[in-house]
Amino acid sequence: MTQAASAPVLLVGPLLLFMAAFYAFPVLAMLARSVTDPHPTLANFAHLAGDGVFLHVFGTTLRTAFIVTAGTLFLGYPVALALSRMRPTAATITLVIVLLPFWTSVLVRSYAWMVLLGRRGLINEALRALDLIDAPLRLLNTPLAVNLAMIHILLPYMILPIASVLRQIDPSLPRAAAGMGATPWGAFRQVVLPLSMPGALAGTLLVFVLSLGFYITPALVGGPRDLMLSQLIAQQVDLLNWPYAACLSVTLLAATLVLLGATQVLPGVRGAFRLGTR
Amino acid sequence: MDGGLSPIAATRLGRGASVSLVDLEKRFEGVGAVRGISLEIASGEFLTLLGPSGSGKTTTLMMIAGFETPSGGDIAIDRASVVGVPPHRRNIGMVFQNYALFPHLTVAENIAFPLKQRGVDRGTRAVRVKEALALVRLPGYEARYPRQLSGGQQQRVALARAIVFQPRLLLMDEPLGALDKQLRESLQLEMRRLHADLGITFVYVTHDQEEALTMSDRIAVVNEGRIAQLGAPEALYDRPCDRFVASFLGESNFLTGTVRGMETGVVVAECAGAVLRGVAPQALAAGAAVTLSTRPERMRFADALPAAPGNRLRATVTEAVFAGERCRYLLRAEDGTMLVVKEPSSATTRRRAVGEVAELAWPVADTVVV
Amino acid sequence: MRNRPPLLLLTSLVLLFLALPIVLIAAVSFSSAAYLTFPPPAFGLRWYRAYLGSADWLASTWLSIGVAAATVALATSLGTLAALALGRLPRAARTAAAALILSPLIVPGIVVAIGIYYAFSRWGLIGSPVGLVLAHTCLAVPFVVTSVGASLANFDRRLEQAARSLGATPWGAFRQVTLPLIRPGVLVGALFAFITSFDELIVALFLSGSGAVTLPRRMWDDLRFAIDPTIAAVATLTIAFTALLLGGAHLLRQRALR
Repeated sequence: MTQAASAPVLLVGPLLLFMAAFYAFPVLAMLARSVTDPHPTLANFAHLAGDGVFLHVFGTTLRTAFIVTAGTLFLGYPVALALSRMRPTAATITLVIVLLPFWTSVLVRSYAWMVLLGRRGLINEALRALDLIDAPLRLLNTPLAVNLAMIHILLPYMILPIASVLRQIDPSLPRAAAGMGATPWGAFRQVVLPLSMPGALAGTLLVFVLSLGFYITPALVGGPRDLMLSQLIAQQVDLLNWPYAACLSVTLLAATLVLLGATQVLPGVRGAFRLGTR
Repeated sequence: MDGGLSPIAATRLGRGASVSLVDLEKRFEGVGAVRGISLEIASGEFLTLLGPSGSGKTTTLMMIAGFETPSGGDIAIDRASVVGVPPHRRNIGMVFQNYALFPHLTVAENIAFPLKQRGVDRGTRAVRVKEALALVRLPGYEARYPRQLSGGQQQRVALARAIVFQPRLLLMDEPLGALDKQLRESLQLEMRRLHADLGITFVYVTHDQEEALTMSDRIAVVNEGRIAQLGAPEALYDRPCDRFVASFLGESNFLTGTVRGMETGVVVAECAGAVLRGVAPQALAAGAAVTLSTRPERMRFADALPAAPGNRLRATVTEAVFAGERCRYLLRAEDGTMLVVKEPSSATTRRRAVGEVAELAWPVADTVVV
Repeated sequence: MRNRPPLLLLTSLVLLFLALPIVLIAAVSFSSAAYLTFPPPAFGLRWYRAYLGSADWLASTWLSIGVAAATVALATSLGTLAALALGRLPRAARTAAAALILSPLIVPGIVVAIGIYYAFSRWGLIGSPVGLVLAHTCLAVPFVVTSVGASLANFDRRLEQAARSLGATPWGAFRQVTLPLIRPGVLVGALFAFITSFDELIVALFLSGSGAVTLPRRMWDDLRFAIDPTIAAVATLTIAFTALLLGGAHLLRQRALR
């Protein structure tokens, strides 16, 4: 009995100890500063509510997350739908194009957008060559740049869960609808679209949650006046303002966990969600 | 090889291991899966643990193999307790459900596996593998991978792998469960032959009563974590000790009634409006409730018999089905008890019509108190 | 169901949007111009030469490879052992352990990074490759555990029992039966761990200091000063490298399925 019961603990134990020491303890110790500094208090959180900088940054973060989520949903759904109907070869090629950016580091992808949107970047040069503009447009370091780059980076997270749900829909269902007199659009709207909702919901939540925590992209292509929550946290750490940084971290983490908690409750989302995370 | 006796067959000279289970118990999270099993398995015996799923038969086997630790009681192999001995030191052959062949190894590597663990050198391994394959009638299959074999062939490889290291005890957990009926029947015979050739002890787990009856020297019927009855196949079939054994092992008719009295080893009881006699292992008090059990194929229509034996009972035919080798009748006795009668078919026996009232007759010796 | 032209057109445009920036980087990296411009006046290997001629870039490259290799060793061994036993833990313990192990996938990067920075700075682990390896291992472990876990889900535990009944010790059964059969999952997990560490930036921003500047960290530093096409060359190389590793992972999975 002892041998059988203790063996799993001996195998999982080293990893748990390692992660407790080098991950869980550091993060929790840091988060604890939000309620222990300068003495046990919730005052730091109370301050947040009246803090203009925080409210502005939080607003920017939410707005960006909404725009990026909507953008990825509207661009991602058609791709997922087309992907689910493709022949194997075409589907493989499409999947590679979707997965290549997925696996390219966020840094490199953000850099690509700097190259595209810079003062001497592809877009400005092209517009100038066409004599459409005289002076380069300010594209980089704007909310537009952040939104575009984040949509680009997060699109695969929307496409994959939707495609995986669409692929599981029995192809005879839209055919049956057509047999009963539905137009192709009608069959899609009344049969395929409702059945694919769990995937769309999973993708939406995933993209929204990931957007909230974005740091590298807004730092590189965003403007100094439109900070995201992660950037504000990093800034406060640079200022060694740990209690404030910890407060902001707790807020960001709480928003993330609440949204992810929703995925566990909503029916059908859980399975699609698993396929969505890389 | 001197005398032409192969090393595997030579195990026979050393005979099989004896196994004794003493008050064996296993609880999973407080729930008893095995609740006090005691059993002496003789050297060289073919013993079957027969029971429905969840009866505790597989758990018992897993405890003998060492994969489950008993919550109570003792297991001894050749009189030495093995509780606490890890599976790899028990030297027991085992054939698993679905065979558990290693998919990344060839047939030869699978069979050589136990030899390799025991430090047998490469040359000897090849010879022994060849021999084991011959023994299970699969010569020349060394280089194949398990996925390239049929179910029956995989079963033979699993068998070869389990005996190649000359264990004195072979455990089998529903080894034929995944095969179709015909293959199962031919492998049953082969398993018996192998048992006779090797002379080692077999402990076999199955839920298939026909399999158990065909192959075993003795059967232990297991129910709800206990042995319901232990004995030779014929004894269990003819003298089931309780209702569970009578219905799990073959089919039975049950007649309930009250005891009138005893006559040397035979109870006289009033059942279904008739006076019936049945073999009673112990004396029963007059007035007590009693259930008599009789096999459907032991009952006959009285008017077709030259002399009427022992028990007689009137009943109405409610269903008649011709099933090739026999006719199967369903009848209702006067008190409403339903009875099944299986009559061997022949061109001369008269088929009974539904609604016909008939008198059934059967020997007292084929009637037991359960 | 066939795809109709409007849908195909829209899909093509989105795919173009996805692929274009990455293709663009590769094109820029082969530019001969001294500054970032598009289209490049001519093509050449100038920026690859600049990369290979820079001691700083090469030092960062080797550091990143070293840190990633050490991360792979730690994350793969710890993660594989844990994945083997997770399924055998009691339900409540399993849920709690899995929550801890998988949480780095969920907790925002910046929160993990500053938490680790907070503790590691007190432990003197800033500017040291050791600190990076410890942190990257925590980030990489979830990929190993999920990948090995997926292999184990297809692994029949009875094979292990069969090996034991045939005389193999627990370690022997693991080495001769379990490990060969879950090897594709372990290797895929190791590859993911490598990529995770090799591409990791946020933690490196806080832990690198001046003594352990990883490749992504050096790219980041350079990007803030000037957009020099050397970065494009480095980026192209990392994309190619990552693609190569992923191709390998894909082949392994295919082989495992057969």
